[in-house]
Amino acid sequence: MTSPLRREDVAKVAKLARLSLSEAELDEFTAQLGQVLEHANDIAALDLEGVVPTAHPFGLINVVREDVRRASLARDDVLAMAPDARDGRFAVPRIMGEAP
Amino acid sequence: MRSALDIARDVRSGATTAERETASSLAAIRERNDELNVFLFVDEEGALGAARRVDERVARGEEVGSLAGVPIALKDNLCQMGVPTTAGSKILQGWRPPYSATVIGRILDAGAVPMGKTNMDEFAMGSSTETSAYGPTRNPLDVDRVPGGSSGGSASAVAADMTPLSLGSDTGGSIRQPAALCGLVGVKPTYGLVSRYGLIAFASSLDQIGPFAKNVTDAATLLEVIAGHDPMDSTSLPEPAPSLVRHVNDGVAGRRVGLVRELFEGADDEVVAEVGRAATALRDAGATIVELSIPEIHLTLSAYYLIAPAEASSNLARYDGVRYGLRVDGDDVAAMNEATRTAGFGAEVKRRIMLGTYALSAGYYDAYYGQALKVRTQLIDAFRRAYLETDLLLGATTPSVAFALGEKTADPMAMYLSDVFTIPTNLAGDAAISVPFGVGRAGLPIGVQLLGPGRSEARLFAAARVLEVADERS
Amino acid sequence: MVVGLEVHTELKTTTKMFCGCANEFGSEANTNVCPVCLGLPGSLPVLNVRAVDLAMAIGFALHSTIASSTFHRKNYFYPDMPKDFQISQYDLPINSGGHLDLPDGSRVSIERAHLEEDTGKSTHLGGTGRIHGADRSLIDYNRSGVPLVEIVSGPDIRSSAQARAYASELRGILIATGASDGRMEEGSMRIDANVSVRRPGDPLGTRCEIKNLNSLRSLQRAIDYEALRQVELIEGGATVRQETRHWDESLGETSTMRTKEEAEDYRYFREPDLVDLVPDVTWQERIRGELGPMPAARRAALLARLTDPTSAQLDALEVVVDLGFDDIVLAAIDAGVEPSLALARAANELASGIDDIANLTTDAFIVTLTMEQGGELSATQAKTVLLEILAHGGDPRGVARAKGFEQLSSDSLGETVAALITEHPDEWARYREGDEKLAQFFIGQVMKLTKGQANGKAVIAELQRRR
Repeated sequence: MTSPLRREDVAKVAKLARLSLSEAELDEFTAQLGQVLEHANDIAALDLEGVVPTAHPFGLINVVREDVRRASLARDDVLAMAPDARDGRFAVPRIMGEAP
Repeated sequence: MRSALDIARDVRSGATTAERETASSLAAIRERNDELNVFLFVDEEGALGAARRVDERVARGEEVGSLAGVPIALKDNLCQMGVPTTAGSKILQGWRPPYSATVIGRILDAGAVPMGKTNMDEFAMGSSTETSAYGPTRNPLDVDRVPGGSSGGSASAVAADMTPLSLGSDTGGSIRQPAALCGLVGVKPTYGLVSRYGLIAFASSLDQIGPFAKNVTDAATLLEVIAGHDPMDSTSLPEPAPSLVRHVNDGVAGRRVGLVRELFEGADDEVVAEVGRAATALRDAGATIVELSIPEIHLTLSAYYLIAPAEASSNLARYDGVRYGLRVDGDDVAAMNEATRTAGFGAEVKRRIMLGTYALSAGYYDAYYGQALKVRTQLIDAFRRAYLETDLLLGATTPSVAFALGEKTADPMAMYLSDVFTIPTNLAGDAAISVPFGVGRAGLPIGVQLLGPGRSEARLFAAARVLEVADERS
Repeated sequence: MVVGLEVHTELKTTTKMFCGCANEFGSEANTNVCPVCLGLPGSLPVLNVRAVDLAMAIGFALHSTIASSTFHRKNYFYPDMPKDFQISQYDLPINSGGHLDLPDGSRVSIERAHLEEDTGKSTHLGGTGRIHGADRSLIDYNRSGVPLVEIVSGPDIRSSAQARAYASELRGILIATGASDGRMEEGSMRIDANVSVRRPGDPLGTRCEIKNLNSLRSLQRAIDYEALRQVELIEGGATVRQETRHWDESLGETSTMRTKEEAEDYRYFREPDLVDLVPDVTWQERIRGELGPMPAARRAALLARLTDPTSAQLDALEVVVDLGFDDIVLAAIDAGVEPSLALARAANELASGIDDIANLTTDAFIVTLTMEQGGELSATQAKTVLLEILAHGGDPRGVARAKGFEQLSSDSLGETVAALITEHPDEWARYREGDEKLAQFFIGQVMKLTKGQANGKAVIAELQRRR
C-alpha cells in the first residue's frame, strides 16, 4: 500500500519545524512516517461524532495563583546560559521579517 | 545492596553514615559505569556535600526523613540546579539549569543523596535507551541487551546495585518497561500525583515522574516523598501526598482483579505464562479473578502516536539556539534555528517532531490529533466501566524479555510496539506498577503489570507486595 | 473604507500572566525573568487570577458574554517568544460578542476579548554588511509573559476619525476598569488596523493589516494613507494583495513587510499545561459589582450638572473625564463651587500637575475654589495655590499665607478705591451714570496699586457700594 504521505508534505512540515533534511532523509522519513500514519488512519476513519475530547483526565478546573511577586533569576545566571549575550541581552543573527 | 529502607534506618540510628553509603555508591558506579554507560554525569562533589549535611543533621539530633542517606540516581530529564542536564540530547550539551525540579527539593528534604544524572532515550522518545546522543546503556543483567527505555539509565543504576533507588519518567511506559526488563519495581503514578515542574517535557498530558526500586516497600517510600500537590504545576492534583507505605501489607483479600486479554495477547508465551501465574497467586491470596476485554485498547497505540508527538513537536520548539544549549550559526535567525535543530536532534526526535507537526497542521488536525483526543475519551470511559466490576487490572508489562541491542533500531514501528501494554494507562491518566514475576529465557526477568484507577496507588502496592512475596517463594 | 481594529492592552497586574516576575515597565533588561517566562526546559505556567479578574471586567464593560474558556498554543518560531509558541485563547475565549458606543452615537461591535501572554522585545542593530559583522538583534525578555487582553472589533468602522474615536473611547474604558494604564507611548496599548475599501453596496474588499500603531494620531494617518493607497491601486486597474504592512511615522506611508509564500500555520491545540477556566456566577458577580462607571456614564453625570454649557466647557468636561478628575469636580460642585470654575481649574491646573495629583486632596481643591469664589483669592492666586499644592503638598490657607496672599482688608481696599475715585473724577462720573465698562478701569488701577493682590469681585462690590 502506498504511503498516505507525500515527499512534499514531509518537506513542508520539516520547514515548519525548522528542520532541514537531506534527500536521503526525506525519502526515509516519508516512508517511516507514512507507516505510522497508515495505522493512524484507523483513527481517522472512526465515527466519533458527539464524543468530547479529553482535557484533564480528572476534570481539574480554575487552577490559579494570587498576583504576588516571586523572586526572579539573577541576570548573570540568565545570561550565563546564552550562546551569545551582549549588553544584558540575548544576541541572535538578524531577524528577517516581522513577527506574525 | 541493602534496601533503601534499611539504609535510612541505619543512618538515622547511627549504625552507618550517609557519607559511607555515598562512598559505596560511588565505588559501585565507578566499577561498572564505563561498561554500562548508566550515568551521563556523576555528581561526586554534590553527593558528598549532601551526605555530609545529612550526617550533620543526624549528629544534631534533627529529623532527617524517610530516605536519610539513601543514594538515588536521577534521569537526565530532571532539572537539578547547577548540574549538567541533557535529556539525552546534543542540543542541551553542557546546559546547567538555574533551578531544580520540585521533586529534587522533596527528595533532598527527605535526606536522600542525589548521585548524578542517568542516560535516557533522547527527550524520552524511545523504548531502549538507544536513541540517546551519548550512546546506549547496557542491561546490567546481560550487557548485550537493552535495559529498556526511555529511563534505561535509571533502571540500570538500580539493577546494577549502584543506587537502591532512582527516578525516571513515564509517558508511554518509560518507567514500567525498563523496570520489567531489568527485574525491578517501577511505578507510573496517577497523572498529576507527582509535580512535573522541572521535568523536561515530552508529552505534557501524559508525562509523570516515578520511582524505580528493588522492592515494593522502597518504591512506595520514594513515591510518598515525591507525591502531593505543587502550586508550580497547574495539572497537579490538589491533595497532599497519600499515605502509601502504611498500606503495602494490606493484602488483596476480597479484591476483584480483572485479567484483561488486550493487555497480554500477542506477548511471548513465557510472558503470558507468568501473567497466568500471577493471577493464580492473587487468587490464592484471596482475590477474585474476572476475565475481561477492553477492545478500546486496540486503538490506543495509534492515538498515542498522534497525541504524544503532537505535544512533543510543540514542547521541543523552544530548542532554537537562542537562549541556551547548542547554537549552530546561520545568516539569519531562522537559518540559525534550522542549523541548530538539525545538528542537535537525533533521527527519532526529528521523526516524532515531524509526525506531530503534521498531525496538528491545517487540514489534518481534525482527522488526526482531534480524533485521537476523542479516542482518549473513549478509552477513559472504557476503563471506568471496567473498574465498576473490578478494583484493579492485571496484564503483562512488555511483550518479551529484554531484546538485543540493535535488534529493533532499524524499524521504528517495531520499537513502538513494545509499548502496547503500557500506553493505555498513560492515555487514561491512571496508575500502574510493574513488578518482577518469574524469569524467561536465559534467566532474564519478566514483569507483570497491575493497573488501577486514578489515585489507587495504595491498593496497587498492596497487590504488588502479594506478588513479590509469591515470587520470592517460587 | 471598512476598518476593523485589534487592540492589545497590557494588564495592570503586579506580576506576569503565568509566573511571579514583576510586570514592570522600564526595568533593566532581563532582570524580571524566571524559568517560566524564559520558557526554560521543565518550566510550567500557572495562571494569574488578577489577569482573569481584569479580563472579565473588560468583558462586562464591553457588554460581552463571559463564558468558560480554555487556553491554546499558537505555534510559530520567533526569537522574542521563549517557548516558540504563545499561550493564547482560540475558539473558546473568555469574552465573546459585545459592543462599544461612541460619543457620536455610532456603535461598533466587539467580536471577542481574550487573554494571552506578551512576547519579549527585540532591538535591531543595523549592520554595515556581513564582512564587518554585527548584523544582530538583541532580545530582552522582561516583557515576555506580561498579561494581555486582545480586543477584536467587528469590521464596522467607516472612517479614520471613527477609528480614532473608537480607540480613544476604548482606551478610556480600559483605564476606567483598572485593567490598563492606557500609556500607548510605553506600549501598554497597541493597535493593529485591518483596512479594506469597496464601493458602497459591494462585498468586502481584500484587507491589509497595519500592525503596531502606537498613537491615536498614527492610527488615523495610517488608515487614511492605506485607504487611499488601495483606492488608487484599484482605480489603476490593479488588485489589492492581502498582506501585512508597516506604518512609517516619519515617511507617512505604509510599506509591505516581506511576504511569505504561504500563510503561517499556527497549529493551534489546547494548552495541556493549563486547565479550563470556568468563572462561576459568584466570581462574575463580584467583578461586575466592583466595576465603576464607564467614561460615557461619567461624562453624562458631569453634563447633568451644567446648564447651557459652552463648547469650551464641553471640551473641559472631556478632558476632566479622560484624566479621571470627574470625581473631584463633582465633589466640588456638590460643595457649592460653580461648575464652570471647577471644570476649568481641573482641566487646566490639575491637568498640568497630573503626575503629582496625589498631593492634592479633594478637600484642598474644594477649599481653594471656595476661597476664589468668595473673593478671598484672585483667579491668579487660586491657580498658583493649586499648582503649589500639587508640587509640594500643603493646605490652601497655609499656602496662601506663605505666599503673602493676604486678603486685602476691606478697610484698605476701601481707602484705595476712595483715593482712585478722587484721582479719576471723569471716569467715576461715567461709571455712576451706568457705564459698566469703567468697572474694569478701576479694577485695573486697583490691581496696579496692590500688585495684583486685590480680588476683582471685591473691588466691584466696593465700587457698587459707593455708587
